[in-house]
Amino acid sequence: MTRSAILEVQNGNLIETLNNLWRQLLEKGLVDALLIPQELPSGINVVQTLVSDVQKLESPNPLSPVMPVNTARIVSQMTKVTPSPKKVGVVLRSCELRALIELVKLKQASLENIVLIGIDCFGTYSVKDYKNLAQDGSSPKDAFIKAVREGKEDPSLRQVCQMCEYPIPMNADITIGLIGIDFEKSILIQASSTEGEAILEALELTDSPEAEVTKRDEAIAKLIEQRTKKRDEILEQTQKDISGIDNLMRTLAPCINCHNCRDVCPLCFCKECFFDSPTFEMESEKYLGWSERKGTIRMPTHTLLFHLTRMSHMVTSCVGCGMCYEACPNEVPVANIFRLVGLNTQKIFDYVPGRSLEDELPVTTYQERELLGVPEKL
Amino acid sequence: MQEDEFEPNIVGLLCHWCTYTAADLAGTTRTQYPTNIRPIQTMCSGMVDPVYVLWALLGGADGVMIGACHPADCHYVSGNYKCRRKTAVLKSILNTLGLEDDRVWLCWISAAEGQKFANTVAKMVDELKKKGPNPINAYWST
Repeated sequence: MTRSAILEVQNGNLIETLNNLWRQLLEKGLVDALLIPQELPSGINVVQTLVSDVQKLESPNPLSPVMPVNTARIVSQMTKVTPSPKKVGVVLRSCELRALIELVKLKQASLENIVLIGIDCFGTYSVKDYKNLAQDGSSPKDAFIKAVREGKEDPSLRQVCQMCEYPIPMNADITIGLIGIDFEKSILIQASSTEGEAILEALELTDSPEAEVTKRDEAIAKLIEQRTKKRDEILEQTQKDISGIDNLMRTLAPCINCHNCRDVCPLCFCKECFFDSPTFEMESEKYLGWSERKGTIRMPTHTLLFHLTRMSHMVTSCVGCGMCYEACPNEVPVANIFRLVGLNTQKIFDYVPGRSLEDELPVTTYQERELLGVPEKL
Repeated sequence: MQEDEFEPNIVGLLCHWCTYTAADLAGTTRTQYPTNIRPIQTMCSGMVDPVYVLWALLGGADGVMIGACHPADCHYVSGNYKCRRKTAVLKSILNTLGLEDDRVWLCWISAAEGQKFANTVAKMVDELKKKGPNPINAYWST
């Protein structure tokens, strides 16, 4: 059951009001530490920080439109070896939360003692674009928030964000609701778990009028519709660009086998990737053999095999955060390809990554009567 | 002399408990079948990682046969069901990318079905001859 409360915005200053909220979480002992994005002193990037001293909560700004790392990776790093012994509030976006839910199912992270604080997401810029926007002295976050209030969507936002149909966090204990809310006056704080309700209680927030919640729900539905339309447009083009071996090889032509896309992917969690294994430490005869068979081979080898294998291993859990594309030095549209293949593949199992901890991972489970068209009819 | 006919290369990833034994049975009963298949024994179809199939296909095999126990007959209870899911994922990927997913066959063949194994190989060779060689072979840039 969701409880919605209203948080009045003081002096029209949204960031300061939220800062006050983060401070209260720490001061009232509702969390022992907070994992929250803060602006770096230079102002040209915003990174996750783990804050345990409220005095050091200097420039928190989870609304900043930039996401250098998918936070799910950070939570996994913190909780994989042992679950957190203290209560940690984690502030994250929808795609980060969805990736985290997948990692928990993959036993790569633990939610024990973790309070999930999700924020409505209006999209993000690439780190490079954010840096450039911040460098001319103006604050990208203020301009961004202003544009959002006016209902404009910047076409230079990351493409994956423009086509993200999950702008609101799923499975959060607490959601910071901004979509459809006049956040110069107030914002909506929603609790969807007993943990979250206890926090709402401790913050002494008043219940929100039903009308605000309805207004928000309508705005969300409209935004999702827009994004879905955009998604279908973009992916239709992607389908044309990659379909068939000729097009696919043209798309992968700039790939330099750096494997950055794998390294930043929140779902590529394997400690030892197959592609780093001794399988690929081959005798020179192997290469020469392949070369003799075809006359010539691309070096380094196995470019297409790498992408297809990575896809077959994690595409059912791909949340479409687009970190892969951000990390690609040569703008191979990996994120769009993974979203397209992801949609088609997840559909088979009616699976939405990050939707629920209860949905079993498609390749770890089965039904006795299903996929009857897959085995050959002999 | 007859014109050189295209002879497809098939990589068989065959479960030790069923299809691989069926291949043995076909042999011991002197059942004739085409020699186009290169059998590789796996302990279970559930351990057939998609990368094995992809390695074969991108390496130039014209077809890949995954031989698995009939539903409910898996020696390890559920390996064949998991294999079916993984194969569905792989086929969906190949399909979306416009690659030929019908070069990958998942077949339920029990240890007693030597004849079915022989027939399946013959049928697969037939179908692949109709399809022609794996187009990936014409590319050195993969």
